[in-house]
Amino acid sequence: MLGLEIWIAGVMLISLIIYMLTGGADFGGGIWDLFATGKRAKSQRDLITHALAPIWEANHVWLIVIIVLLFAAFPVAFATIGTALHIPLTLMLFGIVLRGTAFVFRTYDDQSETTHLRWSRVFAIASIITPIMLGVTLGAVASGTIHVNIETGHVDTDFISSWLTPFPFAIGFFTLALCGLIAAVYLTLETDDPELREDFRIRALIAAFSVGLMAGISFLLSAEGAPSIRRGLGNSVWSIPFHFLTGAVSIWTIWSIWRRHFHLARVLVPIQVVLIILGWGFAQYPYLVSPNLTFSNTAAPNSVLRPILIIVVIGVIILVPAFWYLYAVFKGKSRTDTISEDKTSL
Amino acid sequence: MEDLLAARAQMAMSLAFHIIFASVGIAMPLLMVIAEGLWLRTNDDTYLTLAKRWSKGTAIMFAVGAVSGTVLSFELGLLWPTFMAHAGRIIGMPFSLEGLAFFIEAIFLGIYLYGWDRVPKKVHWLAGVMVLLGGTMSGIFVVTANAWMNTPTGFTYIDGTFTNIDPIAAMLNPSSFSQCLHMTIAAFLAVGFAVAGIHAYFLRRDPESSFHRKAFAIALSVGAVFSILQPISGDISAKKVAKHQPVKLAAMEAQWETENGAPLRIGGIPDEEDEVTRYAIEIPKALSFLAHFDFNAEIKGLKEYPPEDRPPVAIVHYAFQIMVACGMVMIAAGLLGGWLAWKRKGIPIDRWYLRFVTCCAPLGFIAIEAGWTVTEVGRQPWVIYNYMRTADAVTPMPNLVVPFLGFTILYIFLSIIVVILMRRQIFQE
Ligand code: HDD
Ligand code: HEM
Ligand code: HEM
Repeated sequence: MLGLEIWIAGVMLISLIIYMLTGGADFGGGIWDLFATGKRAKSQRDLITHALAPIWEANHVWLIVIIVLLFAAFPVAFATIGTALHIPLTLMLFGIVLRGTAFVFRTYDDQSETTHLRWSRVFAIASIITPIMLGVTLGAVASGTIHVNIETGHVDTDFISSWLTPFPFAIGFFTLALCGLIAAVYLTLETDDPELREDFRIRALIAAFSVGLMAGISFLLSAEGAPSIRRGLGNSVWSIPFHFLTGAVSIWTIWSIWRRHFHLARVLVPIQVVLIILGWGFAQYPYLVSPNLTFSNTAAPNSVLRPILIIVVIGVIILVPAFWYLYAVFKGKSRTDTISEDKTSL
Repeated sequence: MEDLLAARAQMAMSLAFHIIFASVGIAMPLLMVIAEGLWLRTNDDTYLTLAKRWSKGTAIMFAVGAVSGTVLSFELGLLWPTFMAHAGRIIGMPFSLEGLAFFIEAIFLGIYLYGWDRVPKKVHWLAGVMVLLGGTMSGIFVVTANAWMNTPTGFTYIDGTFTNIDPIAAMLNPSSFSQCLHMTIAAFLAVGFAVAGIHAYFLRRDPESSFHRKAFAIALSVGAVFSILQPISGDISAKKVAKHQPVKLAAMEAQWETENGAPLRIGGIPDEEDEVTRYAIEIPKALSFLAHFDFNAEIKGLKEYPPEDRPPVAIVHYAFQIMVACGMVMIAAGLLGGWLAWKRKGIPIDRWYLRFVTCCAPLGFIAIEAGWTVTEVGRQPWVIYNYMRTADAVTPMPNLVVPFLGFTILYIFLSIIVVILMRRQIFQE
């Protein structure tokens, strides 16, 4: 029987996957907003806006779930990460604040071209900083450079050297590329305009290649940058077939985008993301913050974990139908006019 | 700037910012649900326009509330890692429940804001009710966590560590009920008067506008009802403080000497050097009565505690006076409105009264900020009352003044934009 803390860790991993697939797509939307080019730049931006509007708030809550579960179930790890990674986390927060607000301000500010473009810039740049810093944080946590005395809770850190190294940044750009890929593939199916779809096909291809490239670079850097992860990735029985599977799906994704099988790509990309995050999770296990903190030596007592798991179960029962309804309302039909429809009715 | 001071300033600023948007997120759904409900009942399209107009403003406020709340959940670890390492598992339970409430709120808000033409009318209204429930529950859950910091329960404390943790007992600590009740009422009260004040302003210029009349009537009714409930719940809070945090009560009342039959002080300037309070109007024995239902009950004075265990007296005292004063003015506005409405058999749109309500618009929010100052500064020097000092909870990170200034600039910028956009929403006709 697995310990209760492993179940919670599993819930956190699932939340991270969902956050990448939903919130990550929102970040990706920001990236492609920044790189909107050519004579269809405005249509590209409009498409991104329409695809995002109704649900970004709900997507964003997944990150909060991860944080809350982290401090409720693994408080020492939360304190350690907050101490050693203060700087990248603060930068990430700036990104989160600016992108969330810029997006809404853009919708409600005056609709002149310049104002609109200015908010788009803020939105886009913040959408790039945030996933990079999220990746840097995850990379630093995996790198084994954050030393903490489990007895006293003293974190031995100069606040910089555990994250300002190549490996965390490789993971940062890896995360960014994944967000770009997810968003571009989703967007190919959000429009009926073949030219616009072609624009996002090209973007999806660029992103898919970047994902492959960054995966390779991260793997090479992990030899120095994250030895325990590397061991986890390289040595165990399951890992070799698992990585073949991930690689195969990634290539299949590229092929499907290349051949314009967008519905297939729409299915493959989430599978790819799930495999990548699971692979990382398994490689990291049993360390939460390597090399000192494991899931079991930081876990809160069962008297705390049990009620939290009960809340999670109740949450699933309530939220699955609610989410299903939300997506059914907004994703069912072609939604190209959600916002403009709304404006005329107001 | 000293690091501890910078950390406290950053936390206080972030919370003071967030609480405004959070209160709007709790209370605006009530106003929208009332307006939309009246539309469903009367088929008067003015009510529909009203609900839609309010929902646009709420969308802006909600987005800022969501991101500033996210900042807070990270700041708990960024600024107070030692506090979280010990307390995270104890107050994790209400925060987990809060996460659930956020989901409910965010999902149904999406349906409410963007689903006007996509879901049946009744379903749309129910989505609004769900937003209201989700928002109110999120507020209640965080406040239980804060109440735990004031009256910690649900653990045994051995050698500097918290063991035998019972998260449910921690959530149901002695201050939870009074603080949650008081905060929830405060949100409805503040938002009710703020919205009523805005529409009162327009009614003065255009008394015939049926749109503003209806909006004013709804918002003022909400504000008036909650203004009368608030002192009752404030009294419950005060009794809890008297029982569990006597030094906070002494600071609120600037009471230096231990006294039987202590007076209630209105105004006054506490002097922390000479340990006296000057120029206050004193109502004899009233404090003893309010705190313990007994005119001669003993009230402990600040001198009872060594100086290093006392909160900053002046701040707490002034903040308390400000909160109560704002409350009194709003009660007057609420009662007067009810009386005028009864006399006129309609909406009270006397010009002087409209001006009065317009002036009341910011008072609820001022009272909220002041009330939180009482609670948080009054708890000093403790972050977990009687168990952990704030100074021991802070991060070892140096140069905290940099993130403090960074967030201050960011929040000032956001405030300016929000004000501009809200003005545009309000004046858009
Ligand atoms: C619209 C806002 C508002 C108004 C009019 C009042 N309050 Fe208040 N008060 C709050 C908003 C608030 C608050 C911001 O919501 C606080 C901070 C923490 C809390 O739970 O509520 C609070 C805290 C607070 C506390 C401290 C509780 C603690 O530390 O645990 C006391 C004793 C009172 N209040 C008492 C009163 C009294 C006697 C009032 C008489 C009119 C009053 N309040 C009006
Ligand atoms: C769950 C809820 C809350 C938690 C966990 C929390 C936690 C903290 C912590 C750790 C500090 C720093 C220590 C200190 O200086 O007291 C603090 C300070 C402060 N908080 Fe809270 N807080 C909560 C709710 C609130 C709310 C809602 C407000 C209202 C706006 C608020 C206002 C303040 C203020 C004004 C300070 C600064 C106190 C000072 O400068 O001495 N807090 N809070
Ligand atoms: C340390 C203190 C606090 C933390 C860590 C915190 C955390 C958060 C977070 C993460 C969100 C965003 C959720 C979303 O995405 O929708 C949020 C929003 C919200 N918070 Fe806070 N919060 C704190 C204090 C408070 C207090 C004191 C109240 C209540 C009075 C409150 C009431 C709300 C409400 C109602 C929302 C919903 C969003 C909105 O309406 O804008 N929060 N909070």
